[in-house]
Amino acid sequence: MSAATTTPRRSRALNTLRDMVARPSGAIGLTLVTLHLVMALISPWIAPFDYKEMNSAVILGGPTAEHLLGTDHLGRDVFTRVLLGGREALVVTGIATPIAMLWGGMLGVLLGLRGGWIDEAMMRLVDAFLALPGILPLLVLITVFGSGNEVLTPTLAFFFGIPVIRVARAAAHEVVARDFISAARARGHSPLSIVRHEILPNVTDTLLVEGAMRWSWMLLGFSALSFLGFGVAPPMADWGLMVSDARVYMSLAPWGVLGPMIALSSLIIGINLSADALAKTLGLDQGRKAVV
Amino acid sequence: MIQLLLRRLALGFITVWLVSVIIFLGVEALPGDACTAVLERDAHGEALAKCRADMGLDAPALTRYVDWAGGAIMGDFGVSANGQERISEIVGYRVRNSLLLAAGALSVGIPLSIFLGAMAGLWRDTWVDILFSTGAIFAMTIPEFVAATILILIFAIWLGWVPAIVLTPADAPPLEFFPEFVLAAVVLTMIMIAHIMRMVRSSVIEVMASDYVQMATLKGVPYWQIVFRHALPNALLPAINVIALTVAWLLGGVVVVEVVFNYPGLGRLLIDAISDRDLPVVQAITMIVAATYVGVNLVADILGLILNPRLRSHHMRRG
Repeated sequence: MSAATTTPRRSRALNTLRDMVARPSGAIGLTLVTLHLVMALISPWIAPFDYKEMNSAVILGGPTAEHLLGTDHLGRDVFTRVLLGGREALVVTGIATPIAMLWGGMLGVLLGLRGGWIDEAMMRLVDAFLALPGILPLLVLITVFGSGNEVLTPTLAFFFGIPVIRVARAAAHEVVARDFISAARARGHSPLSIVRHEILPNVTDTLLVEGAMRWSWMLLGFSALSFLGFGVAPPMADWGLMVSDARVYMSLAPWGVLGPMIALSSLIIGINLSADALAKTLGLDQGRKAVV
Repeated sequence: MIQLLLRRLALGFITVWLVSVIIFLGVEALPGDACTAVLERDAHGEALAKCRADMGLDAPALTRYVDWAGGAIMGDFGVSANGQERISEIVGYRVRNSLLLAAGALSVGIPLSIFLGAMAGLWRDTWVDILFSTGAIFAMTIPEFVAATILILIFAIWLGWVPAIVLTPADAPPLEFFPEFVLAAVVLTMIMIAHIMRMVRSSVIEVMASDYVQMATLKGVPYWQIVFRHALPNALLPAINVIALTVAWLLGGVVVVEVVFNYPGLGRLLIDAISDRDLPVVQAITMIVAATYVGVNLVADILGLILNPRLRSHHMRRG
């Protein structure tokens, strides 16, 4: 029984993937993302230098055969640091994004199904949290708890889950009014069973696309925090931190900012293109609004 | 109509009030307070007690909330944790500077984005559309500090046309920020244009495919008359809310851009306050930003309600 239910699912995932790759945006996007993920996994073994090894002989040195992207203000190899610079961000956002989608998605679906005063009250609370735009709420929490991955991961998972509540609730609302929900209710199914068997299968597509977008926004947030000095701590290599360090010497050594900027942007653009292709493949691109 | 407006207004007030409670309780629930944050290792015994008495932190939580919120409504946020300065005085110039930057970006960005969005929508799938839409995706997806750094690299360092960072003090007269703030305004304008343009584009496409535009075409109404008289006014309605979101973002979320350009606005003050662990200032800025956000969105909703007769009759859909 379980084999029979999982096989079509798997092939559906495979089909979706195949359709995504058939689109130019999907092909480019997935290639970029895969490349970054593979790099993050193998970079410690292929990096030519130690990321924190300083060399006073080549401070702010230009690109050479030895140092492909030159060296930074402490004489560290920029190429090595670019290779390693996405790992922290990928680990933190890779953990925080699924958590955000899970708690936000579940709460949203439950609220959409239940309605009533709890729903109304919770949505007011969501509105209040969303009135703090961008990385502002993250900054406020960091003021008190300090930075570091053990603070950043739950913080990101919490704040990025809040807008998901609204998305999941709206998606659930569209399903709740349909006949098969009334039918399930009439059959005497419990709310939890209705959520699991009737609503979730109908909102997962929306949540998947939303999750991909949230991932890219979370990466933006994480890199911005690093850039501002509240994220990854030196001497660890991180793209945001590297741009922040290197921009001081930008007129002397522009390669110091170019490497990490291209790496970070290509990852985020890759995720966005993949999300776009996913939305089109699942037929969800209609009515998707620009979100600031 | 009046009832709808009042409902929106009430919801706005509830949201702002909830934000104030969240911010207050948030800071309350955290270990330590403004005094332990400032005094750090000296935070014990007499020094701590004196600091708490000075800042009124020894009063019950409810009293302090009422004091704080009451003051905030009147524009008085108390004193900062470290410098004994009045927060309203520090914040005043910063708010003005952020408004200045936003005004610069908006005055160029809104007309330009509507123009570009309409062009992309009318010439859908031509090279114009592909060029604009791809550019918009890039502007929207690359991090703000990357866009800012690229512009500095090109226009300040290689071409030398404008200064890379702002050195004007916060309380200087507005005109002195020119031309230093140009690059910062350009970055914000770019991001803003990308968001508004995409919205305008898709709604122009939608409107041009509508029955009444087809009707007008069949009646022989000249193309540009259809565009300007029938299509654009309708296409811009949905854009109002995106513009509002962008305005709110400009006023509050420009932290990174202000830091990159060393611009003395509200965002940079926030970063400075966070580095100094100055909780009262952080609280005040957060409150100002949230209130602005809610206010601007409220204005957009009401504008949409006034401009769009279709929304008046039935219950308005929440965004």
